Amino acid sequence: MEALDGNSAIAEAIKQIEPDVVVSYPQSPSILILEAIALFIANGEMDSEFLNVESDYSAMSTCIGVASSGGRVFTATASQGLALMHEALFIASSLRLPIVIGVTNRTLAAPINFNADHSDSMAQRDSGWIQIFSENSQEAYDNIIQAFKIAENKDVRTPVMVGIDSVVTSNLCENIHIQKNEEILEFENKSNPTYSVLDIENPKTVGSLCASDYFFEHKMNQNNGIENSRKVIKNVGKEFGDRFNRYYGYFETYELEDAEYAVILMSSSAGTAKKAVDEMRKRGEKVGLLKLRVFRPFPYKELRESLSNLKSIAVLDRVLTPGTYGGPLFIETMAALYNLDKRPLVYPYIYGLGGRDITLKHIENIFDDMKMAFDNGKGIPEIKYINLRE
Amino acid sequence: MVGGEIMSKLTIPQEEIMSSGHLGCQGCGATIAMRYMLKVFGRKTMLTFPACCWSVIDGPWPYSAVSVPLFHTAFETAAIAASGIKSGLDAFGKKDINVIAWAGDGGTFDIGIQAISGAAERNDNILYIVYDNEAYMNTGIQRSSATPWGAWTTTTPVNNPKNRPKKDLVEIIAAHRVPYTATASIAYPEDFIKKLEKAKNIEGFKLIHIFAPCPTGWKMPPDLTVKVARLAVQTRIFPIYEVENGVSYKLNFNPKKFVPVDEYLKLQGRFRHLKEDGYKFIQKNVEYEWELLKKKVETFK
Repeated sequence: MEALDGNSAIAEAIKQIEPDVVVSYPQSPSILILEAIALFIANGEMDSEFLNVESDYSAMSTCIGVASSGGRVFTATASQGLALMHEALFIASSLRLPIVIGVTNRTLAAPINFNADHSDSMAQRDSGWIQIFSENSQEAYDNIIQAFKIAENKDVRTPVMVGIDSVVTSNLCENIHIQKNEEILEFENKSNPTYSVLDIENPKTVGSLCASDYFFEHKMNQNNGIENSRKVIKNVGKEFGDRFNRYYGYFETYELEDAEYAVILMSSSAGTAKKAVDEMRKRGEKVGLLKLRVFRPFPYKELRESLSNLKSIAVLDRVLTPGTYGGPLFIETMAALYNLDKRPLVYPYIYGLGGRDITLKHIENIFDDMKMAFDNGKGIPEIKYINLRE
Repeated sequence: MVGGEIMSKLTIPQEEIMSSGHLGCQGCGATIAMRYMLKVFGRKTMLTFPACCWSVIDGPWPYSAVSVPLFHTAFETAAIAASGIKSGLDAFGKKDINVIAWAGDGGTFDIGIQAISGAAERNDNILYIVYDNEAYMNTGIQRSSATPWGAWTTTTPVNNPKNRPKKDLVEIIAAHRVPYTATASIAYPEDFIKKLEKAKNIEGFKLIHIFAPCPTGWKMPPDLTVKVARLAVQTRIFPIYEVENGVSYKLNFNPKKFVPVDEYLKLQGRFRHLKEDGYKFIQKNVEYEWELLKKKVETFK
């Protein structure tokens, strides 16, 4: 066991994976990941090239360049940095480049705030990237290790962003298991032949002009990559578990089997929610939790199987998407369930913006509200905001 | 030619790496520039294009007018994509491949300049070539910071033509103290080729600013491309020179007599609205800039 904050856990994973190139541009708090890596390289603990560039946009463009020439590459960013990368993220996924980035999920300005919510990653949810969210340092480490294997799978070849909550996960220490270097190398199987889209012997034009005659087919080819990742994410999560005894899937269920009411959320708040479930279970309440790990590709089929027998569920989004009926997680969950004959009532909640606390009491209240609404046969659920001043 | 220092003869490789059938307009200066560039650099070359005329000229998928690996990237990223590709190639020990960013003036002088400055400051081992047609031609002739004073574009209509001078890109890049920066013209291929060969053998960041007229955007007949490009040099509107290590200046064309600027301006529809005072203003400005350049050449020989 080693005491590491989320940033250091990601840096540790990158040290073991040793990408060809690590690209750096400062954002808070993700820069701590890159600072740690810079030090590893300077001290000779890892052998990667470290590139300092002049913007987040250039950081992603460098990643695209490196990955295009066949190199393994990593960078980390947060908030405004990810927003600035927006255009380049689409190019990376369209060209099927297996880039991995760490995102310390931080809100977007204005006003300026350095704390957690999922505004940054959620704003990129249609960018074609695989999006994995981590509850704590251990998951941050494990998810980065798995991300390269998923991204580089020949049927997938799609970039991956691994999220950890800013400050609460990125900067707080927890005891975590670090695997041995040789275990990681064996798992990653780095000797896999990498594929270069820029091969001097077989010159190709990449990302060229393409009119309506073929454009649609190109986009569907891209879509095949992320669709194929469904199976690969599952297999990699299982293989990781078989080797290291920590199993991963699209989501984690907690006391969900016989539950009547459940909360769905992502990342660090899952710890609080688990505790709330424990407390309520002690009082005989049939409540449970589903913590979503993989937001893209959205595991709609698996969610149907896990959620259809519940009476009602509350979907907690840590992002405000102005003008919509609930946040992205709510909308996608609703879409997954709607065509079922038997489906739970789904309640939209918004919480935790800019690092606003969510406590045991808040989650217990959500369960109580849901239960009361169900028992009273109340009509259509309206959006509720947790821990917001009236 | 007006009394210029004739460039010494050299052999231009016969192999054509750029093919016909591309989508360039008639008389396109940018295609002439590409043809010469590829002749010098050969097949061990990788190109990055940001959004620019050449992203269309190259042709629609699955066709390409250049027989080297080519990476189309976003508008502001020609330099950094090239740097990234170079890093990737280095990681695989492929050190002998030239990576060239090839961009228009909009993607260079305006939206791309941050990434260029980054690559120059790091002295990344790439060659950046800007083919300058003095406006955003691919989107339909809009003002860029490379558009000269007085020019018409669709966003600087004749009643309100551009009232600021062209941005001095070479000075900006030279200020990074990079190994090599140069201007060139498609009307002087020997000089252009020599500069390309020089850049090919220099480690670090190189930038070549090649003047490439656009008959479509400049409102002139396509057979005037080379003539107008030559006049730009002969009038000193576009002097051809080079800067080594950011301080050592060398003029590559320094004749005893110069052509008055109106001979250049009157051939182009984009300057048609200019009157005598406009020509005078440009002439005065050209002479001022020329004196400045000559002082740099003398000071930093």
